[in-house]
Amino acid sequence: MIFIFAVFLLTMLVITAVAIVRAEDLFVAVMLTSIFSLLMAANFFILDAADVALTEAAVGAGVTTVIFLCALSLTGDREKPRQGPRWVAIGTVGVLALLIIYATFDKPRLGDPDAPVHQHIAPWYIEKTTEYMDFPNVVTAILSSFRGYDTLGEVLVVFAACIGVLFILGVSPPRKTQQVTTKNSGLRHHLIPQVVGRLLIPFIVLFGLYVQFHGEYGPGGGFQAGAIIATGVILYALLEGEANALRAIPRGVLLGMVVGGALLFGGVGVVCMLMGGAFLEYSVLTADPVFGQQLGILIIEAGVGMAVCGALLSIFHAFAARESLS
Amino acid sequence: MNLLELLGYFNYWVFAIILTIGLYAIIIKTNLIKKLIGLSIFQSAVFLMYITMDKVEGGTAPIIQAGVEDQIFSNPLPQVLILTAIVVGVSTLALGLAMVVRISECYDTIEENEILDAD
Repeated sequence: MIFIFAVFLLTMLVITAVAIVRAEDLFVAVMLTSIFSLLMAANFFILDAADVALTEAAVGAGVTTVIFLCALSLTGDREKPRQGPRWVAIGTVGVLALLIIYATFDKPRLGDPDAPVHQHIAPWYIEKTTEYMDFPNVVTAILSSFRGYDTLGEVLVVFAACIGVLFILGVSPPRKTQQVTTKNSGLRHHLIPQVVGRLLIPFIVLFGLYVQFHGEYGPGGGFQAGAIIATGVILYALLEGEANALRAIPRGVLLGMVVGGALLFGGVGVVCMLMGGAFLEYSVLTADPVFGQQLGILIIEAGVGMAVCGALLSIFHAFAARESLS
Repeated sequence: MNLLELLGYFNYWVFAIILTIGLYAIIIKTNLIKKLIGLSIFQSAVFLMYITMDKVEGGTAPIIQAGVEDQIFSNPLPQVLILTAIVVGVSTLALGLAMVVRISECYDTIEENEILDAD
């Protein structure tokens, strides 16, 4: 039964992708991207990746759409129709698709337990998680401890991208005349979004905090929680106007969260070194190595959550502030 | 090969088709935002391929339940890779969009051919 549902979802995914590329109105295309992400999240969930589904739903369907819409309001939302033949491109990608499909017949079938990917190091991770960390979520264990270096790298990439966006959008726009624009008051005059949004925001943030601190026991962790909390605050900014959101959480605090989160992660690694272990070897943090691992993971997950939430909100505010300038 | 075995490859076919749809948008669209949308479709296709590889028949999400013996878990490693890649993806996408916004402010257009003509 679930199999038929998966085939249905995947077919919808292809149809949505075609519709996105064909849409000439960019606003429609962005909205379809949101639906595409939601379908993708449902697919991830069917394929047993609960953590990934949570992230894709919060980031893909929430934050990405808002950032796209902010950019659209600055650049215009009509795409000019293209002249000239397109059969060369269609032919090229068609041949490429056929080649990839031909290559898939050499791949192991979906769900094959003997596939090479399941033979290498993954069983070791699943086996050792209880022994080293003594908590159930293997994904969190790998993310924050077994492969902590990777995660530190990813956090630094998010940090760098955020700084890049702030620098690019920080310069004043080269407009000839500075028009006085009306103050953006959000959706305050619309009753239904106002009432529903107001009701939802506390629960979104509460759920984000739950996902943050329950990440060792259920699906969740810093990346998901940061994205969910950012979604809640962005919803507040859309409802109440951007100025009010900035009054609630000022820019300085957001930047502090990005920098502080990345520093917290790195700092835990350095503390581990000072206490005689290797970089990010949390076992040395306390006398009991299992508790040390749990403590280290709790702290670095908090750092990841802060960094991701701060980065996404800084990016959103950078785009939104641009809007009121031009 | 019976039908059910063939359907085991369906996820990979969808991966191939979505991947090439994204690539097509990157090649043929002149609108820079549409190119970025194509790039994110391409990226999602790669995510789908990784997550497809993690599935184990009869398996469940890799969260160990106390007191339950002989559980089969899906592979957690691709999930970790893609989980972080999604968040990094949105940050780099925002960087791309920021550049597009700056381009549109300088050239008053985001159509690639018009920008090339203006130069």
